[in-house]
Amino acid sequence: MKNLLKQYSLFIVFVVLIMVLVEYLVRSKIVPAFIIPAPTSVANHIVEQWRPLIFEHLKATMSEFSIGFIIAVTAGVGLAVSMYFSKTIEKMLYPAVLISQMIPIIALSPIFVLWFGYSIWSKVAVTVLMSFFPIVVATYDGLKSCDKDYIELLRSMGANKRQIFMKLNIPMALPSFFSGLKIAIVYSLVGATIGEWLGASEGLGYYSRRMSGDLNASGVFASIVILTVVGIILFALASLLEKRTLRWKNRL
Amino acid sequence: MTLLLKNVTYTFPKKEYPVIDKLYLTVQQGEFVSLIGKSGTGKSTILKLITGLLTADEGEISLYKKPVTLGDVGYMPQKDLLFPWRTILDNIMIGAEIQKEIKLSKEDARSWLKKVGLKDYEQAYPNQLSGGMRQRVAFLRTLLTEKDVLLLDEPFGALDSITKKEMQAWLLSIWQELDKTIIFITHDLEEACYLSDRIILLKDDRTIEETTVPLPRPRYQEMLHSQILLELRKELEKKI
Ligand SMILES: Nc1ncnc2c1ncn2[C@@H]1O[C@H](COP(=O)(O)OP(=O)(O)OP(=O)(O)O)[C@@H](O)[C@H]1O
Ligand SMILES: [Mg+2]
Repeated sequence: MKNLLKQYSLFIVFVVLIMVLVEYLVRSKIVPAFIIPAPTSVANHIVEQWRPLIFEHLKATMSEFSIGFIIAVTAGVGLAVSMYFSKTIEKMLYPAVLISQMIPIIALSPIFVLWFGYSIWSKVAVTVLMSFFPIVVATYDGLKSCDKDYIELLRSMGANKRQIFMKLNIPMALPSFFSGLKIAIVYSLVGATIGEWLGASEGLGYYSRRMSGDLNASGVFASIVILTVVGIILFALASLLEKRTLRWKNRL
Repeated sequence: MTLLLKNVTYTFPKKEYPVIDKLYLTVQQGEFVSLIGKSGTGKSTILKLITGLLTADEGEISLYKKPVTLGDVGYMPQKDLLFPWRTILDNIMIGAEIQKEIKLSKEDARSWLKKVGLKDYEQAYPNQLSGGMRQRVAFLRTLLTEKDVLLLDEPFGALDSITKKEMQAWLLSIWQELDKTIIFITHDLEEACYLSDRIILLKDDRTIEETTVPLPRPRYQEMLHSQILLELRKELEKKI
């Protein structure tokens, strides 16, 4: 904790300075409050509205995020492993995975609304589409990057395919997998928010849009602040998991 | 005879000439044979053929009169290839994890680490070890596959001369104690003379020349300065 404070002290000073500056600009009416709200009024908004913000909207966003993220990781790892074992599957699906990233997701979203209506699944679909790609690519690259010499070493001991996969491919793929996982976490949150813009009755994305319609800048910024904090926490959790799993990398 | 290579020929895919051409080589039970030769003469390739990692285009390779298959011999590759995510102890246990018939307990593995002076490192990771320590671990990993025949590709290449001498003495004692058959690649002619019963010189024209080392057993460090060894070394130096 102390280390963290030390490492980010300059950043914290910077953020505080910016907030003080904005506060001053708004209070002295140089910038109108509906463009940028004063940090104190954003804080006020969060304090006043914290019950619906947390128990209704954050909860909804987190459900979409969790379901989408879990589906993306499961399906992504599954596809990466099948592509690693089968050249046919790789040839057939890898281009499709790449192309799926070229499609602007926003343009696809109305289709999801068409299919899933305004249920949670239309948001989950956007979330999955956003985070699936980094998982597949990172896991697949990790599996493929396995050094041929290591494989030969295990084969010389008489190892079969399954043993090579378990004892070599998986541990070798983990660093790359975690890089993908950290990106996917951030993308999933973005996906859930975008999904809500397109049609929802709850969630932080929905909330910020509603507030924007009311010209309530404090409300918009309140949901942004909460989303950012949640994003940082989730990212930190993934990093912690990574550090724990790849303990051998940190020791020197 | 333990190991027989009969007219073995091998060409790498997309190469015009064979690297190994009609190689005939026998190794007796308990023999210590060194392979020497310039870089690129095919020393490592011969070991890979014996392990079964590469399959000869022609000829046969048999171990105790049966064709060799993967998992029959202990193989120490030229690079140490330690698994960075495994502790040193777990690295040397890998053979026992792969082959169920190897009965190696953690206790045994620990006592082996102690014997190579790595007692304090069993829970360390490979990136915390020096090059020489890593090679000792890689050697132990090979030894602990409990095979009769050990193929060692420049096992002491990265060691300083003092550690190297220690490891040589240690290797000789293990070899005698456990009755291993060893095929050993080295660029160090003195080392080849000092350790081996027989030296196989691979030449550029893909023929081989065998030399028997006339030093008695057991070998002592003083023999490094013996007249016999010095002359043999000179002779090999000329031919290589
Ligand atoms: N996988 C490969 N594909 C094609 N050619 C190869 C391959 N591995 C080795 N060779 C070639 O085969 C020849 C013999 O290689 P090898 O590694 O057996 O030599 P070496 O005697 O062990 O050399 P060094 O002393 O440098 O280790 C070399 O000319 C090399 O270029
Ligand atoms: Mg070699």
